Amino acid sequence: MSAPSSVMRVALADYGAGNLRSLSSALVRAQAEPLVTTDAAVVAEAPLALIAGVGHVGSAAAGLARHGLDEALRERVAAGLPVAGICVGMQLLFGESEEGGRGLGLLPGTVPRIRGPRVPHMGWNTLAATRTSKILDGLDGADVYFAHSFAVEPGDEELAVATVEHGGRIVAAVERGPLAGVQFHPERSGAAGARMLESLLRWSRSA
Amino acid sequence: MVKKRVIPCLDVAGGRVVKGVNFRNLREMGEPVELAQAYSDLGADELVFLDITATLEGRGPILEVIERAAEELTIPFTAGGGVTGVADARALLLAGADKVAINRAAFDEPGILTALATEFGAQAVVCAIDARGGEVVTHAGRNPRRRDAVDWAREAVERGAGEILLTSIDADGTRAGYDLALTRAVADAVEVPVVASGGAGDAEHLAAAFEAGAEAALVASIVHERPERLPELKSELEEAGWPMRR
Repeated sequence: MSAPSSVMRVALADYGAGNLRSLSSALVRAQAEPLVTTDAAVVAEAPLALIAGVGHVGSAAAGLARHGLDEALRERVAAGLPVAGICVGMQLLFGESEEGGRGLGLLPGTVPRIRGPRVPHMGWNTLAATRTSKILDGLDGADVYFAHSFAVEPGDEELAVATVEHGGRIVAAVERGPLAGVQFHPERSGAAGARMLESLLRWSRSA
Repeated sequence: MVKKRVIPCLDVAGGRVVKGVNFRNLREMGEPVELAQAYSDLGADELVFLDITATLEGRGPILEVIERAAEELTIPFTAGGGVTGVADARALLLAGADKVAINRAAFDEPGILTALATEFGAQAVVCAIDARGGEVVTHAGRNPRRRDAVDWAREAVERGAGEILLTSIDADGTRAGYDLALTRAVADAVEVPVVASGGAGDAEHLAAAFEAGAEAALVASIVHERPERLPELKSELEEAGWPMRR
Protein backbone atom coordinates (compact mmCIF):
# COMPACT_ATOMS: atom_id res chain seq x y z
CA MET A 1 0.00 0.00 0.00
CA SER A 2 2.77 2.49 0.89
CA ALA A 3 5.68 3.17 -1.44
CA PRO A 4 9.12 3.20 0.22
CA SER A 5 9.29 6.97 -0.21
CA SER A 6 6.25 7.39 2.06
CA VAL A 7 7.88 5.54 4.99
CA MET A 8 8.06 8.08 7.78
CA ARG A 9 10.99 8.29 10.13
CA VAL A 10 9.86 8.54 13.75
CA ALA A 11 12.34 9.49 16.46
CA LEU A 12 11.59 7.68 19.72
CA ALA A 13 13.19 9.69 22.49
CA ASP A 14 15.09 7.15 24.61
CA TYR A 15 15.45 8.46 28.14
CA GLY A 16 16.31 5.11 29.71
CA ALA A 17 12.95 4.07 31.19
CA GLY A 18 12.15 2.32 28.09
CA ASN A 19 10.42 -0.67 26.89
CA LEU A 20 10.33 0.78 23.39
CA ARG A 21 10.52 -2.59 21.64
CA SER A 22 6.75 -3.10 21.48
CA LEU A 23 6.08 0.42 20.24
CA SER A 24 8.85 0.16 17.63
CA SER A 25 7.32 -3.04 16.28
CA ALA A 26 3.88 -1.46 16.17
CA LEU A 27 5.27 1.55 14.26
CA VAL A 28 6.91 -0.77 11.73
CA ARG A 29 3.52 -2.45 11.22
CA ALA A 30 2.06 1.03 10.64
CA GLN A 31 4.60 1.54 7.80
CA ALA A 32 6.89 3.88 9.77
CA GLU A 33 10.62 3.67 10.40
CA PRO A 34 11.20 4.08 14.15
CA LEU A 35 14.58 5.26 15.42
CA VAL A 36 15.17 4.74 19.14
CA THR A 37 17.62 7.48 19.97
CA THR A 38 19.30 9.60 22.64
CA ASP A 39 20.63 11.96 19.95
CA ALA A 40 19.11 15.44 20.28
CA ALA A 41 19.84 16.21 16.63
CA VAL A 42 17.85 13.16 15.47
CA VAL A 43 14.97 14.11 17.77
CA ALA A 44 15.08 17.68 16.47
CA GLU A 45 15.01 16.74 12.79
CA ALA A 46 12.77 13.69 12.43
CA PRO A 47 9.40 14.26 10.75
CA LEU A 48 7.77 13.05 13.99
CA ALA A 49 9.16 12.80 17.53
CA LEU A 50 7.56 10.45 20.05
CA ILE A 51 7.95 10.37 23.82
CA ALA A 52 6.93 6.99 25.24
CA GLY A 53 8.10 4.57 27.90
CA VAL A 54 6.92 3.85 31.39
CA GLY A 55 7.69 4.94 34.92
CA HIS A 56 7.95 8.11 36.85
CA VAL A 57 7.37 11.56 35.32
CA GLY A 58 10.19 13.07 37.37
CA SER A 59 12.82 10.51 36.35
CA ALA A 60 11.58 10.57 32.74
CA ALA A 61 11.98 14.37 32.61
CA ALA A 62 15.45 14.05 34.14
CA GLY A 63 16.33 11.39 31.55
CA LEU A 64 15.26 13.66 28.70
CA ALA A 65 17.24 16.57 30.13
CA ARG A 66 20.38 14.43 30.54
CA HIS A 67 20.64 14.08 26.76
CA GLY A 68 19.34 17.54 25.89
CA LEU A 69 16.20 15.94 24.46
CA ASP A 70 13.95 18.33 26.41
CA GLU A 71 15.40 21.30 24.54
CA ALA A 72 15.19 19.48 21.20
CA LEU A 73 11.50 18.81 21.85
CA ARG A 74 10.82 22.41 22.89
CA GLU A 75 12.51 23.69 19.75
CA ARG A 76 10.43 21.36 17.60
CA VAL A 77 7.22 22.62 19.12
CA ALA A 78 8.34 26.25 18.77
CA ALA A 79 9.02 25.54 15.09
CA GLY A 80 5.62 23.87 14.69
CA LEU A 81 7.05 20.36 14.20
CA PRO A 82 4.91 17.50 15.57
CA VAL A 83 5.61 15.91 18.95
CA ALA A 84 3.44 13.14 20.38
CA GLY A 85 3.44 11.54 23.82
CA ILE A 86 2.25 8.08 24.83
CA CYS A 87 1.28 7.18 28.42
CA VAL A 88 3.95 8.83 30.61
CA GLY A 89 5.01 10.62 27.44
CA MET A 90 1.63 12.34 27.31
CA GLN A 91 1.96 13.30 30.98
CA LEU A 92 5.39 14.77 30.16
CA LEU A 93 3.76 17.29 27.81
CA PHE A 94 2.11 18.88 30.86
CA GLY A 95 3.45 20.53 34.02
CA GLU A 96 3.52 19.60 37.69
CA SER A 97 2.87 15.94 38.57
CA GLU A 98 1.53 14.74 41.89
CA GLU A 99 3.95 11.83 41.49
CA GLY A 100 6.77 14.32 42.04
CA GLY A 101 8.66 16.29 39.44
CA ARG A 102 7.32 18.13 36.43
CA GLY A 103 6.98 17.61 32.73
CA LEU A 104 8.00 19.85 29.85
CA GLY A 105 5.13 22.30 30.35
CA LEU A 106 4.31 22.35 26.63
CA LEU A 107 0.60 22.14 27.44
CA PRO A 108 -1.24 23.78 30.36
CA GLY A 109 -2.30 21.48 33.18
CA THR A 110 -1.18 19.15 35.94
CA VAL A 111 -0.94 15.39 36.50
CA PRO A 112 -2.75 14.34 39.69
CA ARG A 113 -3.14 10.80 41.01
CA ILE A 114 -6.28 9.01 39.82
CA ARG A 115 -9.15 8.84 42.29
CA GLY A 116 -10.91 5.75 40.99
CA PRO A 117 -12.36 2.54 42.36
CA ARG A 118 -9.10 0.73 41.57
CA VAL A 119 -5.70 2.35 41.10
CA PRO A 120 -3.75 1.71 38.88
CA HIS A 121 -6.43 2.15 36.20
CA MET A 122 -5.57 -1.12 34.50
CA GLY A 123 -7.24 -2.75 31.54
CA TRP A 124 -9.42 -2.02 28.52
CA ASN A 125 -11.67 1.01 28.67
CA THR A 126 -14.01 2.65 26.15
CA LEU A 127 -13.03 5.91 24.46
CA ALA A 128 -15.67 8.63 24.43
CA ALA A 129 -14.76 11.35 21.93
CA THR A 130 -15.27 14.85 23.33
CA ARG A 131 -14.62 16.49 19.97
CA THR A 132 -13.44 15.46 16.54
CA SER A 133 -9.73 14.80 16.25
CA LYS A 134 -7.27 13.50 13.73
CA ILE A 135 -5.45 11.05 15.99
CA LEU A 136 -8.59 9.21 17.15
CA ASP A 137 -10.31 9.16 13.78
CA GLY A 138 -12.97 6.44 13.84
CA LEU A 139 -12.14 5.35 17.39
CA ASP A 140 -15.07 6.84 19.32
CA GLY A 141 -16.43 3.90 21.35
CA ALA A 142 -13.35 1.73 20.81
CA ASP A 143 -11.79 -0.20 23.70
CA VAL A 144 -8.10 0.50 24.31
CA TYR A 145 -5.63 -0.57 26.99
CA PHE A 146 -4.64 1.59 29.97
CA ALA A 147 -2.12 1.01 32.77
CA HIS A 148 -1.47 4.10 34.89
CA SER A 149 -1.92 5.64 38.33
CA PHE A 150 -1.69 9.32 37.32
CA ALA A 151 -3.61 11.17 34.63
CA VAL A 152 -3.50 14.64 33.11
CA GLU A 153 -5.90 17.38 34.14
CA PRO A 154 -5.62 19.90 31.29
CA GLY A 155 -5.79 23.57 32.25
CA ASP A 156 -7.87 24.07 29.13
CA GLU A 157 -10.82 21.73 28.58
CA GLU A 158 -10.57 22.12 24.83
CA LEU A 159 -7.33 20.14 24.83
CA ALA A 160 -9.01 16.79 25.49
CA VAL A 161 -10.28 14.87 22.48
CA ALA A 162 -11.43 11.75 24.36
CA THR A 163 -12.12 10.58 27.89
CA VAL A 164 -12.85 7.28 29.65
CA GLU A 165 -14.87 6.58 32.81
CA HIS A 166 -13.10 5.26 35.90
CA GLY A 167 -14.73 6.67 39.00
CA GLY A 168 -14.88 9.95 37.11
CA ARG A 169 -13.65 11.13 33.75
CA ILE A 170 -10.04 10.46 32.80
CA VAL A 171 -8.55 12.32 29.83
CA ALA A 172 -7.50 9.65 27.35
CA ALA A 173 -6.15 11.81 24.53
CA VAL A 174 -5.22 15.41 23.74
CA GLU A 175 -4.50 17.18 20.46
CA ARG A 176 -3.55 20.78 19.70
CA GLY A 177 -1.41 22.19 16.93
CA PRO A 178 1.84 20.23 16.70
CA LEU A 179 1.17 18.39 20.00
CA ALA A 180 -0.76 15.18 20.58
CA GLY A 181 -0.90 12.64 23.39
CA VAL A 182 -2.65 9.44 24.36
CA GLN A 183 -2.78 8.00 27.86
CA PHE A 184 -3.50 4.47 26.60
CA HIS A 185 -1.00 2.13 24.95
CA PRO A 186 -1.66 1.92 21.19
CA GLU A 187 1.00 -0.78 20.83
CA ARG A 188 -1.02 -2.91 23.27
CA SER A 189 -4.51 -2.02 22.07
CA GLY A 190 -5.00 -4.49 19.24
CA ALA A 191 -6.59 -3.26 16.01
CA ALA A 192 -7.80 0.00 17.60
CA GLY A 193 -4.25 0.82 18.65
CA ALA A 194 -2.90 0.06 15.18
CA ARG A 195 -5.50 2.37 13.68
CA MET A 196 -4.54 5.12 16.14
CA LEU A 197 -0.86 4.88 15.18
CA GLU A 198 -1.74 5.12 11.47
CA SER A 199 -3.86 8.19 12.23
CA LEU A 200 -1.02 9.66 14.27
CA LEU A 201 1.35 9.33 11.31
CA ARG A 202 -1.22 11.03 9.04
CA TRP A 203 -1.76 13.77 11.66
CA SER A 204 1.99 14.42 11.88
CA ARG A 205 2.19 14.96 8.14
CA SER A 206 -0.42 17.72 8.38
CA ALA A 207 0.29 19.09 11.88
CA MET B 1 -15.85 1.83 32.62
CA VAL B 2 -12.93 -0.52 32.71
CA LYS B 3 -13.69 -3.99 31.36
CA LYS B 4 -13.27 -7.25 33.21
CA ARG B 5 -10.31 -9.14 31.82
CA VAL B 6 -9.98 -12.80 30.86
CA ILE B 7 -6.32 -13.75 30.88
CA PRO B 8 -4.97 -17.03 29.52
CA CYS B 9 -1.95 -18.09 31.52
CA LEU B 10 0.86 -19.83 29.71
CA ASP B 11 2.93 -21.85 32.16
CA VAL B 12 6.27 -22.25 30.46
CA ALA B 13 8.81 -24.98 31.22
CA GLY B 14 11.88 -25.47 29.05
CA GLY B 15 10.55 -23.03 26.45
CA ARG B 16 7.24 -24.92 26.00
CA VAL B 17 3.80 -24.24 27.42
CA VAL B 18 2.70 -26.87 29.94
CA LYS B 19 -0.18 -27.37 32.35
CA GLY B 20 -0.58 -29.72 35.27
CA VAL B 21 -2.96 -30.36 38.14
CA ASN B 22 -1.85 -28.88 41.46
CA PHE B 23 1.50 -28.04 39.81
CA ARG B 24 2.15 -31.77 39.14
CA ASN B 25 1.84 -34.07 36.13
CA LEU B 26 2.85 -31.43 33.61
CA ARG B 27 1.56 -31.90 30.07
CA GLU B 28 3.04 -30.14 27.06
CA MET B 29 0.74 -27.71 25.22
CA GLY B 30 2.84 -25.91 22.57
CA GLU B 31 5.16 -23.06 21.59
CA PRO B 32 4.59 -19.98 23.84
CA VAL B 33 4.47 -17.13 21.31
CA GLU B 34 2.41 -19.12 18.78
CA LEU B 35 -0.11 -20.01 21.48
CA ALA B 36 -0.09 -16.42 22.72
CA GLN B 37 -0.87 -15.10 19.24
CA ALA B 38 -3.67 -17.63 18.87
CA TYR B 39 -5.23 -16.47 22.16
CA SER B 40 -4.83 -12.85 21.11
CA ASP B 41 -6.70 -13.61 17.88
CA LEU B 42 -9.43 -15.30 19.93
CA GLY B 43 -9.96 -12.17 22.04
CA ALA B 44 -7.70 -12.63 25.07
CA ASP B 45 -7.59 -9.34 26.97
CA GLU B 46 -4.11 -9.93 28.28
CA LEU B 47 -1.67 -12.81 28.76
CA VAL B 48 0.62 -14.13 31.45
CA PHE B 49 3.82 -16.07 30.79
CA LEU B 50 5.04 -17.86 33.89
CA ASP B 51 8.29 -19.80 33.82
CA ILE B 52 7.13 -22.31 36.42
CA THR B 53 10.35 -24.29 36.63
CA ALA B 54 12.64 -21.31 37.05
CA THR B 55 12.55 -21.12 40.84
CA LEU B 56 13.00 -24.85 41.27
CA GLU B 57 15.92 -25.09 38.88
CA GLY B 58 17.43 -21.70 39.72
CA ARG B 59 17.27 -20.64 36.07
CA GLY B 60 17.05 -17.08 34.86
CA PRO B 61 13.95 -15.74 33.11
CA ILE B 62 12.96 -16.66 29.60
CA LEU B 63 14.03 -13.47 27.90
CA GLU B 64 14.00 -14.75 24.36
CA VAL B 65 10.33 -15.73 24.55
CA ILE B 66 9.50 -12.34 26.05
CA GLU B 67 11.34 -10.42 23.34
CA ARG B 68 9.50 -12.22 20.57
CA ALA B 69 6.18 -11.83 22.39
CA ALA B 70 6.78 -8.08 22.75
CA GLU B 71 7.40 -7.74 19.03
CA GLU B 72 4.56 -9.91 17.81
CA LEU B 73 1.70 -9.35 20.27
CA THR B 74 -0.64 -6.36 20.24
CA ILE B 75 -2.16 -7.06 23.65
CA PRO B 76 -0.46 -6.57 27.01
CA PHE B 77 1.29 -9.35 28.86
CA THR B 78 2.92 -10.10 32.19
CA ALA B 79 6.11 -12.12 32.53
CA GLY B 80 7.15 -13.97 35.64
CA GLY B 81 8.86 -17.00 37.02
CA GLY B 82 12.43 -17.20 38.16
CA VAL B 83 12.54 -13.55 39.15
CA THR B 84 15.17 -13.46 41.87
CA GLY B 85 15.52 -9.71 42.26
CA VAL B 86 15.49 -6.27 40.71
CA ALA B 87 17.98 -7.15 37.96
CA ASP B 88 15.87 -10.10 36.74
CA ALA B 89 12.69 -8.08 36.80
CA ARG B 90 14.31 -5.17 34.98
CA ALA B 91 15.57 -7.54 32.28
CA LEU B 92 12.03 -8.83 31.68
CA LEU B 93 10.59 -5.31 31.46
CA LEU B 94 13.36 -4.13 29.16
CA ALA B 95 12.81 -7.23 27.00
CA GLY B 96 9.30 -5.90 26.44
CA ALA B 97 7.03 -7.32 29.14
CA ASP B 98 4.37 -4.80 30.15
CA LYS B 99 4.38 -6.10 33.70
CA VAL B 100 6.58 -8.37 35.74
CA ALA B 101 5.20 -10.85 38.28
CA ILE B 102 7.31 -11.49 41.34
CA ASN B 103 6.50 -14.21 43.82
CA ARG B 104 9.00 -15.65 46.28
CA ALA B 105 11.67 -12.97 45.78
CA ALA B 106 9.17 -10.29 46.80
CA PHE B 107 8.05 -12.32 49.81
CA ASP B 108 11.66 -12.82 50.92
CA GLU B 109 12.66 -9.23 50.19
CA PRO B 110 9.62 -6.91 49.86
CA GLY B 111 11.86 -3.92 49.08
CA ILE B 112 12.12 -5.32 45.54
CA LEU B 113 8.54 -4.16 44.94
CA THR B 114 9.43 -0.62 46.01
CA ALA B 115 12.57 -0.51 43.89
CA LEU B 116 10.70 -1.65 40.78
CA ALA B 117 7.70 0.64 41.35
CA THR B 118 10.06 3.59 41.73
CA GLU B 119 11.85 2.78 38.49
CA PHE B 120 9.02 1.50 36.28
CA GLY B 121 5.83 2.62 38.02
CA ALA B 122 3.48 0.50 40.12
CA GLN B 123 1.47 -0.42 37.00
CA ALA B 124 4.40 -2.61 35.88
CA VAL B 125 4.75 -4.48 39.18
CA VAL B 126 2.60 -7.55 39.88
CA CYS B 127 2.96 -9.37 43.16
CA ALA B 128 2.12 -13.04 42.57
CA ILE B 129 0.82 -14.73 45.70
CA ASP B 130 0.21 -18.48 45.92
CA ALA B 131 -1.99 -19.55 48.83
CA ARG B 132 -3.13 -22.80 50.36
CA GLY B 133 -5.84 -22.57 53.00
CA GLY B 134 -5.23 -18.82 53.18
CA GLU B 135 -1.52 -19.25 53.92
CA VAL B 136 1.22 -17.99 51.62
CA VAL B 137 3.15 -20.82 49.97
CA THR B 138 6.19 -20.59 47.68
CA HIS B 139 8.36 -22.82 45.49
CA ALA B 140 5.49 -24.05 43.29
CA GLY B 141 3.35 -24.61 46.35
CA ARG B 142 5.78 -26.78 48.29
CA ASN B 143 6.89 -24.37 51.02
CA PRO B 144 4.33 -23.03 53.50
CA ARG B 145 5.46 -19.62 54.81
CA ARG B 146 3.33 -19.06 57.95
CA ARG B 147 1.95 -15.78 56.66
CA ASP B 148 -1.67 -14.88 56.01
CA ALA B 149 -2.12 -14.22 52.28
CA VAL B 150 -4.41 -11.23 52.83
CA ASP B 151 -1.93 -9.65 55.20
CA TRP B 152 0.91 -10.18 52.72
CA ALA B 153 -1.16 -8.76 49.84
CA ARG B 154 -1.80 -5.61 51.88
CA GLU B 155 1.91 -5.17 52.58
CA ALA B 156 2.89 -5.91 48.98
CA VAL B 157 0.64 -3.08 47.76
CA GLU B 158 1.99 -0.70 50.39
CA ARG B 159 5.46 -1.60 49.16
CA GLY B 160 4.64 -0.78 45.55
CA ALA B 161 2.79 -3.64 43.81
CA GLY B 162 0.24 -2.36 41.29
CA GLU B 163 -1.62 -5.63 40.87
CA ILE B 164 -2.05 -8.86 42.82
CA LEU B 165 -2.06 -12.18 40.97
CA LEU B 166 -3.72 -14.43 43.51
CA THR B 167 -3.48 -18.18 42.95
CA SER B 168 -5.19 -20.76 45.09
CA ILE B 169 -3.00 -23.83 45.01
CA ASP B 170 -5.90 -25.90 46.37
CA ALA B 171 -8.10 -24.95 43.44
CA ASP B 172 -5.45 -24.87 40.69
CA GLY B 173 -6.23 -27.20 37.81
CA THR B 174 -9.37 -28.61 39.46
CA ARG B 175 -11.90 -26.65 37.34
CA ALA B 176 -14.09 -26.47 40.46
CA GLY B 177 -14.06 -22.66 40.68
CA TYR B 178 -11.82 -19.97 42.14
CA ASP B 179 -11.27 -19.61 45.88
CA LEU B 180 -13.93 -16.93 46.32
CA ALA B 181 -13.43 -16.28 50.03
CA LEU B 182 -9.73 -15.64 49.47
CA THR B 183 -10.37 -13.52 46.37
CA ARG B 184 -12.94 -11.39 48.20
CA ALA B 185 -10.73 -10.94 51.26
CA VAL B 186 -7.77 -9.75 49.19
CA ALA B 187 -9.87 -7.55 46.85
CA ASP B 188 -11.41 -5.87 49.90
CA ALA B 189 -8.02 -5.34 51.51
CA VAL B 190 -6.24 -3.60 48.62
CA GLU B 191 -6.89 -0.73 46.21
CA VAL B 192 -5.08 -2.28 43.24
CA PRO B 193 -6.66 -4.75 40.78
CA VAL B 194 -6.75 -8.39 41.87
CA VAL B 195 -6.45 -11.20 39.32
CA ALA B 196 -8.13 -14.41 40.47
CA SER B 197 -6.26 -17.56 39.53
CA GLY B 198 -6.64 -21.30 39.99
CA GLY B 199 -9.77 -23.35 39.42
CA ALA B 200 -11.50 -21.88 36.37
CA GLY B 201 -13.98 -24.37 34.89
CA ASP B 202 -16.78 -22.35 33.34
CA ALA B 203 -18.10 -18.82 32.85
CA GLU B 204 -20.00 -18.92 36.14
CA HIS B 205 -16.72 -19.36 37.98
CA LEU B 206 -15.30 -16.24 36.34
CA ALA B 207 -18.48 -14.31 37.06
CA ALA B 208 -18.28 -15.36 40.72
CA ALA B 209 -14.67 -14.14 40.89
CA PHE B 210 -15.71 -10.75 39.42
CA GLU B 211 -18.59 -10.64 41.91
CA ALA B 212 -16.03 -11.27 44.68
CA GLY B 213 -14.10 -8.19 43.55
CA ALA B 214 -11.56 -9.54 41.06
CA GLU B 215 -10.86 -7.25 38.10
CA ALA B 216 -9.58 -10.12 36.03
CA ALA B 217 -9.59 -13.90 35.91
CA LEU B 218 -6.82 -16.23 34.84
CA VAL B 219 -7.72 -19.25 32.74
CA ALA B 220 -5.45 -22.09 31.72
CA SER B 221 -6.49 -25.73 31.31
CA ILE B 222 -9.99 -24.98 29.99
CA VAL B 223 -8.66 -22.86 27.14
CA HIS B 224 -5.50 -24.85 26.48
CA GLU B 225 -7.68 -27.90 25.93
CA ARG B 226 -10.03 -26.07 23.56
CA PRO B 227 -8.97 -22.49 22.65
CA GLU B 228 -12.38 -21.68 21.13
CA ARG B 229 -13.67 -21.80 24.70
CA LEU B 230 -12.12 -18.34 25.24
CA PRO B 231 -14.49 -16.28 23.04
CA GLU B 232 -17.38 -18.40 24.32
CA LEU B 233 -16.48 -17.53 27.91
CA LYS B 234 -16.32 -13.84 27.06
CA SER B 235 -19.69 -13.77 25.33
CA GLU B 236 -21.30 -15.78 28.14
CA LEU B 237 -19.94 -13.24 30.62
CA GLU B 238 -21.18 -10.35 28.51
CA GLU B 239 -24.64 -11.93 28.31
CA ALA B 240 -24.55 -12.21 32.11
CA GLY B 241 -24.08 -8.44 32.26
CA TRP B 242 -20.33 -8.11 32.85
CA PRO B 243 -18.51 -5.35 30.94
CA MET B 244 -16.27 -7.17 28.48
CA ARG B 245 -14.01 -5.89 25.71
CA ARG B 246 -15.49 -6.49 22.28
